[in-house]
Amino acid sequence: MIIVGMAFVTYIPRLLPFYAGQLFRRTGFVKRFMKLIPYTALVALILPGVLKATDSIETSLLGLITAIILAYKKCHVVLVILGSIASVLVYQMIF
Amino acid sequence: MTKNQSIINGISKGLHIAIGYVPIGISFGLIAKSLGIPNGIIVLMSVLVYAGASQFMAVGLLAAGISGFEIVLTTFIVNFRHFLMSASLSSKLHEKLEEKALPFVAFGITDETFAYISMVKSDSIDTKWVLGLNVMAYLSWAMSTILGIFLSTSLPEIIQNSMGISLYAMFIGLLVPKVKGNRLLVKVTGISILIIVLFYYTPLTQLFASDGWRMIGIILCASTLGALIFPEAVDNLE
Repeated sequence: MIIVGMAFVTYIPRLLPFYAGQLFRRTGFVKRFMKLIPYTALVALILPGVLKATDSIETSLLGLITAIILAYKKCHVVLVILGSIASVLVYQMIF
Repeated sequence: MTKNQSIINGISKGLHIAIGYVPIGISFGLIAKSLGIPNGIIVLMSVLVYAGASQFMAVGLLAAGISGFEIVLTTFIVNFRHFLMSASLSSKLHEKLEEKALPFVAFGITDETFAYISMVKSDSIDTKWVLGLNVMAYLSWAMSTILGIFLSTSLPEIIQNSMGISLYAMFIGLLVPKVKGNRLLVKVTGISILIIVLFYYTPLTQLFASDGWRMIGIILCASTLGALIFPEAVDNLE
């Protein structure tokens, strides 16, 4: 029962906007607001959660900085992920 | 692009997300199992709810004996951010998606699929592409949850600990190349960080009852400010 309830309250917010679409397809402010959501949401997904992604803040920062450098150099997403994991792993093995 | 190419293209992009989900799905299976949740319940949660953070939270609450109503309410709050993500995608893709596929597209909207779909030019997106990407992500989540249950003999801790960074690395891999060299997005990122700091680390944090509402507040405020301050630049975006 609990799971069905969880599934329901998770699915409805995912589904509704696709049908209440006219509300979101205007021009002007609403359109601009919708265009920015991907970027603001990504920043909000990264911070501050990333700081607690590993056991210690040092390793989390190391993984974060490695990912930023690789992404800045336009490396492929998979390489960014693997590079970031590898940096944390190597740091943990040394210290 | 032919139909077949676009589904294959979607599946191959979905593989990137699938790789990211493996360590998280395994951890979910491991943790839920260690909290004494029955196997059937663990798998059903990944198959029916399909929303990582809220599942970790729910098994924690279940194990602590919290009531079903509270668990469902917390799940709603934690997952309501997807409303904004679906709204943004609906606005971007309304001409690209077939009506009858919408319930399936919507079910597959997670932080990660949303991030991926948002960062791809809408010219190269159609229904088959989105479904291919969603199916890969979904299967990976379900399978790795099952794998986690049976791996409860525990992976070396050092490996588990380093994998926690993987989804964040993916978000960075998607965001940074877009922001690089785009003055508007640099400013919007700056505004977002400023609001995150205000809402987490100043007395303003008391405005929000939970991290779920706080994240929704951050996305709303940052997007509103960006749209109000830089109207022309946002119109020219993409």
